[in-house]
Amino acid sequence: MNSLIPLFVIIPLGCAFMMSILGRVIKNFNKIITPIFMLSLVWLTFHFIINSEGSLNYRVGGFEAVNGVPIAIYMVMDGLTKLVLLIISLVGFLAIFYSLSYTTQYTAESKFYVLFSLMIAGMNGIVISGDIFNIFVFLEIAAISSYALVAFGVEKHQLEASFKYQVLGGIASLVILLTIGLIYWNTGTLNIADISRQLLNNSSVGIDVFIKFISVLLIAGFGLKAAIFPFHSWLPDAHSSAPSPISAMLSGVLIKAVGIYIIIRLFFNMIPLSYELSMTITVLGTVSMIVGVLLAIGQWDFKRLLAYHSISQMGYVIIGVGIGMLIITKGGDIKIAALSIGGGLFHMLNHSIFKGLLFLNAGAIEYRTNTRNLKKLGGLSSKMPITSGSSFVASMAISGIPPFNGFFSKVIIIIAAVQAGYIWIAFFAVLVSVITLASFTKILKYVFFGELHTKYEKIKEVPFSMSFSMILLSILCLALSLLVIPEVRTIFLKPAVDVLINSAQYSINILGI
Amino acid sequence: MILYILCFILFLIGLYGVVSKRNLIKIIIGIAIMEYSINLFFIMIGYVEGGTAPIITKGFEQAKFVDPLPQAMILTSIVIGLATTALLLAVAIRLYKKYGTFDINDIKDLKG
Repeated sequence: MNSLIPLFVIIPLGCAFMMSILGRVIKNFNKIITPIFMLSLVWLTFHFIINSEGSLNYRVGGFEAVNGVPIAIYMVMDGLTKLVLLIISLVGFLAIFYSLSYTTQYTAESKFYVLFSLMIAGMNGIVISGDIFNIFVFLEIAAISSYALVAFGVEKHQLEASFKYQVLGGIASLVILLTIGLIYWNTGTLNIADISRQLLNNSSVGIDVFIKFISVLLIAGFGLKAAIFPFHSWLPDAHSSAPSPISAMLSGVLIKAVGIYIIIRLFFNMIPLSYELSMTITVLGTVSMIVGVLLAIGQWDFKRLLAYHSISQMGYVIIGVGIGMLIITKGGDIKIAALSIGGGLFHMLNHSIFKGLLFLNAGAIEYRTNTRNLKKLGGLSSKMPITSGSSFVASMAISGIPPFNGFFSKVIIIIAAVQAGYIWIAFFAVLVSVITLASFTKILKYVFFGELHTKYEKIKEVPFSMSFSMILLSILCLALSLLVIPEVRTIFLKPAVDVLINSAQYSINILGI
Repeated sequence: MILYILCFILFLIGLYGVVSKRNLIKIIIGIAIMEYSINLFFIMIGYVEGGTAPIITKGFEQAKFVDPLPQAMILTSIVIGLATTALLLAVAIRLYKKYGTFDINDIKDLKG
C-alpha cells in the first residue's frame, strides 16, 4: 500500500511526458489518455480512502532515518491528504471530460492536455509531499502550468491576466522560497515533522520572534496563492480569462491545493499555534468573505462574478479552520474545534464541486452564445435545459439553500462560531450568505429567465461530454449532503479533522518516536 | 551579517523594480533580481567559514565541509526560475504584438 503513494505524481507526470511526444504522432492520443488516467487517479484515491487507515508514508530513495533524523524525501498519506486528493481527482476528471468538446475551438488542442496533466501532477505532489522544499518545487510546477493555461487563448485579455497572475504568483513563490531558506537556516532540516519537533524543542532567546516572522511570511506567500483578502487582486482576472474547464480547476481546486491546504497543514502540523496568528487568520478570512461578496455584486461578467464569489467562499473555509485554531490555542472544548474545522473542510469539498459546476455552466453558455455579459443573455432555460437546471442546483448550493451541500457546511460553520462565542463572525457568515443568494438570483434571472434574444433562437444544448460533466456535478451537489450523516462522515471527513486536532500525532507518525 | 543585509537590499531593489516600473521587461528584470538575491541567500546559509567542497576523499575524512543541501536546492530553484522567466518573456512578447507597447499604463483592459 505504501509503495502506491508515489503513483499520484508518477501517473500524471509520466502521461504529460508521453503525451508531448506521442501526441504529435498519434491522432487524438491526448484526448483519450487524459480522461483514462484521471479516472485511474479517482479510483486510486477511493482505494486509499476505503482501505487504509491512519497515516502512511513513503520514503523516496528508501533511505532510513539516521539517529532519528529523516534523510529521505517523505511522502505522507493521511486523512487531510486523502480529502484534498479526492477533490483534485474528482473535479479534475470531470473538468477534463468536459474539455473533450470544449477545447475543439482551440488550435493547439493537444498542448492543453499536456499542461493540464502537469498541473495535476504539481497539485498531487504538493498534497502528498512531507517536505517543504518539495512542496515548493511541485507548487511551481502547478503554478507555471496554470499561468500557461490562463494565457491559452492568447487573446488580449488572457495575456494580460496571465501576466498579472505571473508577476504576483512569482513574488509569492519567492517569498515562500525565502521562508524555506529561513526555516532551513534555523532548524537545519526540511522535513515538516522534523521542523515541527525542532521548533518545539528549541528554547533559544529569539525563537518566538522567529516563529512569528516566518508565520507572517507564510501567510503572505500562500495567502497570495490562495487569494485571501489583501492579496486577492489577481484572482478575478486570471479565473475569468482562462478557458472554462481551467477556471473550474483554478477556482475549484488550485487555490485550495496550493493555498488553503498548505496554510492548514503548516499552521497545524509544523508551526506551534499561537493565539495572535489564529486571530490574524480568522480576521483575514472574515474580511475576505465580506469583501469578496461586496465586489461581486456589481459585476456583469458571468465568470468574473463567479471569481469574486470564490474569494468570498474561501473566506468561509478559513473562518471554519481559524475558529478551530482559536479554540485549540485557548484550550477550549475540543469537540467545538473539531466541529468547526470539520465544517471548514466540508465547505472546501463542497465549494470545489459547486464552483466547478458554475464555471462549467458559464463555459457552456459562452460556448453556444460567445458572450459572458449577463445583460446580453436571457431566456436560455428553454433552449439549454441541462445547463439551466445544473446552474440552478449550483446557485442554490452556493447560496446555502437546503437540501444542497452548501447549506450543511455553512450551517456547521455558523453553529460552531456561535458555540465558540464569536457571534459577529456567525452574523457576517449569515449576511454574506444572503447577499450571495441575491447575487445568484441575478444570474438566474438575467441568463435563464426573461425574454429570449432573437439572436439565440437557434442555439442547442451543449454536446454530450459537456452536459455529462455538468449532470454528474449537480448530482454530487446533492449527494455530498449525505456527509452530514455520521457514518458517512467517519469515512471522509473525520480522518482529516483528526489529523488537525491531534496535531502532534503527525510528527510521531513520520518520525516514529 | 553585513552580507545578509546586502542580500536583503538586493531583494528590495528587485521588489522596487516590480512595484514601480511601468515597462513589462523591467518588471521581469525586477523579478529576476529578487530571485537571484534569494539564491544568494541560500548559498550564504550553506557556507561554512573555511569549509571545503563536501566530497569525502582519502585524508580528508575529518575536514570541514560546506553544507551541500542549499546548493542542491538552489540548482533546482535556478531551473524553476528559468521556466518562470521564459514564460513571462513569452507572454510579454505576445502582449507587445497585441498592444504594440510594453507600457502597462496602456495595457489595462481588465478592471473592476
